[in-house]
Amino acid sequence: MAEAKKKENMVGGIIPKMKAEDLLFKMVLTRTFEENALEMFSMGKVHGTMHVSIGQEGIAAGAGPALKDGDYLLNTHRGHGHFLLWGGDLKLMMAEFLGKENGYCRGRGGSMHIADIESNNLGAQGIVAGNLPISVGVGLSIKMRKTKQVVLTLFGDGAANEGAFHESLNMAAIWNLPVVYLCENNQYAMSMAFEKAFRVEQISDRASAYGIKGLTVDGNDVIAVYKAVQQAAKRARAGNGPTLIEAVTYRYQGHSKSDRQLYRTRDEVKKWMQKDPIKRFAKAIGKSDKDLKEIEKKAEAEIAAAVEFAENSPEPDLSTIMEGIYA
Amino acid sequence: MRELSYMEALREAMRQAMEKDDRVFLIGEDIGVYGGAFGVSAGLIDQFGPERIIDTPISEAGIAGACVGAAVTGMRPIGEIQFSDFVVIAMEQIVMQGAKMRFMFGGKATVPFVIRLPGGSGTGAAAQHSESLENWFVHVPGIKVVMPSTPYDAKGLLLSAIEEDNPVMFFEHKLLYKTKGHVPEEMYTIPIGKTNVVKEGKDISVIATSMMIQRALEAADILSEDGIDIEIIDPRTLKPLDDQPIIESVIKTGKALIVHEAVKTGGFGGEISAVLSESEAFDYLDAPIRRLAGLDMPIPYNRNLEYHAVPQVEDIVKEVRNLYKGKY
Repeated sequence: MAEAKKKENMVGGIIPKMKAEDLLFKMVLTRTFEENALEMFSMGKVHGTMHVSIGQEGIAAGAGPALKDGDYLLNTHRGHGHFLLWGGDLKLMMAEFLGKENGYCRGRGGSMHIADIESNNLGAQGIVAGNLPISVGVGLSIKMRKTKQVVLTLFGDGAANEGAFHESLNMAAIWNLPVVYLCENNQYAMSMAFEKAFRVEQISDRASAYGIKGLTVDGNDVIAVYKAVQQAAKRARAGNGPTLIEAVTYRYQGHSKSDRQLYRTRDEVKKWMQKDPIKRFAKAIGKSDKDLKEIEKKAEAEIAAAVEFAENSPEPDLSTIMEGIYA
Repeated sequence: MRELSYMEALREAMRQAMEKDDRVFLIGEDIGVYGGAFGVSAGLIDQFGPERIIDTPISEAGIAGACVGAAVTGMRPIGEIQFSDFVVIAMEQIVMQGAKMRFMFGGKATVPFVIRLPGGSGTGAAAQHSESLENWFVHVPGIKVVMPSTPYDAKGLLLSAIEEDNPVMFFEHKLLYKTKGHVPEEMYTIPIGKTNVVKEGKDISVIATSMMIQRALEAADILSEDGIDIEIIDPRTLKPLDDQPIIESVIKTGKALIVHEAVKTGGFGGEISAVLSESEAFDYLDAPIRRLAGLDMPIPYNRNLEYHAVPQVEDIVKEVRNLYKGKY
């Protein structure tokens, strides 16, 4: 009886209800953050470029939260959601985004290189597949220190075609390293379509080439991602090596700010919007459209407060320009 | 006085560092039972086991990534790239990740690793196993570049590099591995970023690196018969460069010859020359600053061609004599 009661309070049988509500809020927060960021970009408040994950929030919501405190994260350049779901502070994140001294990386990293070493968030990545070899080292270090941690390494479909992917997966496999490889297949490596860049049906098919477990899940289904990551982490923690998870999703926006999206049709984007991860997860945890509106309002208020905080934060002092290069 | 070869000195440094600190480990290709392509790590696996002397598949990006990832999570890895030439495969991990991580993350990450790189020509290994690539890394902020020329320096600098909290590219020379010299048994360090005046002299300052120090010393003996007294200076660390002793030497002699094995164009000699030109030594120069370096070409296979592709003792002698006579 107690078991059944416990199950009742679990979303999808594994995510505690309270936690699920927080995940939904953070998915909405991510989307609001990114929509706001795009707006600030067009208003000239932010410079450089950025890569938004609108439409892909389901993976971030299911991945990081399935791990334990003390685990490591190696993020991608499209990682705002993963950062927030890892427990990132929105205000400090916004301050980094605006290049301020009190941002996570003192305004030196920006959106593409945001990290929080203190929470074992080892940073977002500007080089496609650049974090894959690093995960070998993190895994090795965990094994040598015998700390039973796990490293979650995120990358996109594009990264799976870099040479570093091969070296990394093979080394993690032969040494049974505690790495969860999570590929966010959002269908396009910038403009290169998945169908054109792969002969395998699924990226996870490649796992067999390394003798490790591979699986493909619906990346727009938070529960499916959560389950897959949780199980992979469990295997890794038990010393049974890495897993390659492919989470299939879609990005609604272009690759970056300069993308005119000539490689796909509006109909295709619309079709994927029918499978929106936020709407689906809201429904799964029994939230109505009205509830969702309320959540969006709350997210907007938090974003507004974060923007205000960031805008009132100090610029890096020019006298500190050379700081942080060497220890 | 106890003598060790350059190779033995490196091995002793690694052994002592690993005995002292559990966080230190060695990772690379064929470094275990095989002992490393040049034998530098021979026997270490017997003492430390395969958990700390980690043989890898042929995956240089993976080796460098293993170093970066382990370093940022609290270990102190030493990576061996079998021939320094193969570092090209690991370039992204070293330059884009290891070197920049601390800066990009607001000075909050610490990335202490050493990459050991056997380089240089003279073994008939031809164009893809003989290069001198140190200056590529000098151009990368966030990295330190060390290049020892003697067994004594090899041990002391490697121990410093392992203790260093930043990525260090440690360039060894294959022809130096068997050279012998005094090496104390105890652990000692030579600070990174400290130039060494190898031989004092009054007529011409010869600033050289790695194998070229040995050749400059031989040249000095020949030149002394002509009554020419050269001063030999070894920066030992190319980045950060301790430039003051070089500047002071040139102020004293009024003439500078820079010698390195790497190709001349874009080589470290250009940097030293520029440092001198920008310094107070400029006012004391009696002659143009000269560079003697590798020819701008890949290392050829043919023995005679290979020999002539990089500076030899007689080239240094000739260059010094010309500079002494004011012929350039």
